[in-house]
Amino acid sequence: MATDPMAEIRASFFIECEELLESLQDALSEMDEGSHDNETINIVFRAVHSIKGGAGAFGLDALVGFAHRYETVLDELRSGRLDVSPEAMKLFFHAADLLQDHVRAARDAGPSPEGSEDCLRELEALIGGAPVEVEEEVTDFQPMGLSFDLDLSEDLDLAGPASQGGGCRLSLRPSAALYASGNEPLHLLRALTALGPARITCDTTDLPDLATLDPEQSYLAWSVDFEGEPDEDDLREVFDFVEDVCDYEIEYGAPEAVPPELELSDLDLSAGASEDPEAEEGFGFFKEPPDAVETAPKQPPAVVAPASGAIPAPADPAPREASKENAKEAAAPASEPSATVRVDLDRIDRLVNLVGELVINQAMLAQSVAEAGLPPNSAVMTGLEAFMMLTRDIQDSVMMIRAQPVKPLFQRMARIVREASGAVGKEVRLRTEGEATEVDKTVIERLADPLTHMIRNAVDHGLETPEKRRAAGKTAEGVITLSAQHRSGRVVIEVSDDGAGINRPKVRQIAIDKGLIPADTVLSDAEIDNLLFLPGFSTADQVSALSGRGVGMDVVRSAIQSLGGRITITSEPGKGTRFSISLPLTLAVLDGMVVSVAGETLVVPLSSILETATLTADDIRSLGPETNVIHVRGAFVPLYDLGAELGYRRPKTSYDGGIVLLTAQENGARSALVVDAIMEQRQVVIKGLQRSYGHIPGVAAATILGDGQIALILDPADLVQNATGRTRGADLALAG
Amino acid sequence: MTDQTSQNTSEVELLSFRLADEEYSVDIMSVREIRGWTRATPLPHAPAHVRGVINLRGTVLPVVDLSVRLGMAPVEGDARNVIIVVQVGGQTAGLLVDAVSDILALPRSELQTPPELAADTAHSFIEALTIVEGRMIRVLDLTAVLPDDTAEAA
Repeated sequence: MATDPMAEIRASFFIECEELLESLQDALSEMDEGSHDNETINIVFRAVHSIKGGAGAFGLDALVGFAHRYETVLDELRSGRLDVSPEAMKLFFHAADLLQDHVRAARDAGPSPEGSEDCLRELEALIGGAPVEVEEEVTDFQPMGLSFDLDLSEDLDLAGPASQGGGCRLSLRPSAALYASGNEPLHLLRALTALGPARITCDTTDLPDLATLDPEQSYLAWSVDFEGEPDEDDLREVFDFVEDVCDYEIEYGAPEAVPPELELSDLDLSAGASEDPEAEEGFGFFKEPPDAVETAPKQPPAVVAPASGAIPAPADPAPREASKENAKEAAAPASEPSATVRVDLDRIDRLVNLVGELVINQAMLAQSVAEAGLPPNSAVMTGLEAFMMLTRDIQDSVMMIRAQPVKPLFQRMARIVREASGAVGKEVRLRTEGEATEVDKTVIERLADPLTHMIRNAVDHGLETPEKRRAAGKTAEGVITLSAQHRSGRVVIEVSDDGAGINRPKVRQIAIDKGLIPADTVLSDAEIDNLLFLPGFSTADQVSALSGRGVGMDVVRSAIQSLGGRITITSEPGKGTRFSISLPLTLAVLDGMVVSVAGETLVVPLSSILETATLTADDIRSLGPETNVIHVRGAFVPLYDLGAELGYRRPKTSYDGGIVLLTAQENGARSALVVDAIMEQRQVVIKGLQRSYGHIPGVAAATILGDGQIALILDPADLVQNATGRTRGADLALAG
Repeated sequence: MTDQTSQNTSEVELLSFRLADEEYSVDIMSVREIRGWTRATPLPHAPAHVRGVINLRGTVLPVVDLSVRLGMAPVEGDARNVIIVVQVGGQTAGLLVDAVSDILALPRSELQTPPELAADTAHSFIEALTIVEGRMIRVLDLTAVLPDDTAEAA
């Protein structure tokens, strides 16, 4: 491997951190909803604990420090000494946000986030401000070899002379995954002996001789005979973090304390040495280091099978006691690697491109087969049809690879809500729906900013203060709902609040004051609502730190439109406001209208077309010496000749009978584009022009048609901005 | 690019081609492939020498009419013409020429710097001159023919 392996391990640690943070947020949200069961609390605890453990291995001291203190408080919660109060939940959320900042800071080697000390103090105040005890953590991995005596490895007596007739026997058999994940049986054994005097016996019967020994595998098992009867829960707690990777069994009563006789002949020189490489692999913190994944399939079944065979009959490999742990352990190594695969985005993009090629190629093939004049039910034609279906399916599946659930995006918004509500002193609850809805990765990335802005707006402007809410007979806590769903081939994301709704008289007044509309304009409610999207509009009485920086909803709208989306607003006074964003599922394909202009084929995005019409001479009115407008539904719309604007031809002398596309721009202005013919409506694969050529005014991108020719995809808004508008004066000699 | 790839060796390989009745050549190291003529989709607001874009196995490839670029009459564009796909720096482009004629291997020493002559358009694009079997062959400087931004002033 050419690159630094440590850097890769580090990178995968941070990827893992993101996943842990996500599950941390999930579990906290569940707790917030009222589920205080141990499992949820354990998830929270484990997430923080695992981050701390990993961070320790990379010497990320600030992160370790924060996580450790956070964990200490969570431990109190886990042990039931701390109650889950709303205040505590707020702090836990805040600390989780800060933990995320710490992780980011550690990853980008940036400065530690501010305010973490304050937050920690508040947290520790919950548990009485007890100084954090420095404990020897199981996850604090110094590479440490197990020191076995070669001839006497069965006797690892850590607790003094053992007495017979003990009350409890615990047998454990670590799997290879335990070592691979950087755990260490010695720590477990030490933790066990801390529970009471015990005699520990190592079972080496499975140890093969040196020639056949696989250093990645686990061959040793131990049994611990306690003199007393330690509490079962205490015993199980020792295995909290390794229960997936270590079989153990607890037997109360009086088992024969005599360990199975060890045949020293089986144990050659390799015994001690062989175990060391495993033990020293303690730096790998990850559930599946590449090695482990590779070796997993090779794993001989014999290793898994004698799961708890350390007890009376080590020879019997049948997992008779199919305990929960056993089942879990057997399933875990098989299912974990197959659950998800991390793939470089470039590779997926290459695949998407190739499949796009395949689709085009298939269309070309179909065309030439059709031209060859074969009968429609010939074998070639039917085969081609099946091929066509297959390529469609492949294209859909490949597009799905790029799709990701919106959940991480929504979680980010949850944080925005917490911060924003804290800043303006409102009580806000974010409710999310449809988190599993999948959208193209690029769409998700580019949606973050507009959505953040909208959420802040909702908190700042949408919701009332607690006092006003109470006065209006609502709960003091405002609710913002963020939902996502698929609707007819698009994704609809809605942000709604249960606030006061849009104050229409005020909005209208502001628009008049700012000179955005004439004072005497008559506007419908919907039209007033849409004034919010005008550039330079801000309704907040005071410019707060949150919103109202002059960057308004117009920016949000143009961001959404650049994604090929639309945003609409509905509001009901006293009940709330709802913003609805409708987005295409992917940015790789686009619904377009294929038109022909001056012999060239062009694609106009369907999202920008309002309607198509055939002109009559009466519709066209001349405006300036070279320009025309058309009269459509009571409004005058400027007329542009696409052929002339793109330099394909000169303006025609007459547009009578011509076909126009009526398009709407972002600011609501309409324009009419003259085309020669409308060919079809279809999905086209978008190919960028920027990289190979550069920006062309009025052209958004290119696509490849079924015949292999390239067609340009227009950007009507850009086109109109750069347009001359010449639709007359054909006699004038135009340059070019 | 041409300098980098060939300076270290004493031999230079050139792909020669015809434009009108003249012979030109480019360093073969910058040639990616040679394609038959396909109709290019014209680009609006493009300079005259940019013939348009073609589909090169799924990527959009700009095609430059080399003849126009060198100040001569446009290449007609029929089945006899070919498009030489070249890579200069990080940029890939197609050069529309009349026909490809030969691959020449020459000692570097046989390349001569063109003499300073009257200022015509084509002059600055020519990196070197050489004589092969009595024919004069011009070696093009592709970085000058294809500036970083193909879409220079439209």
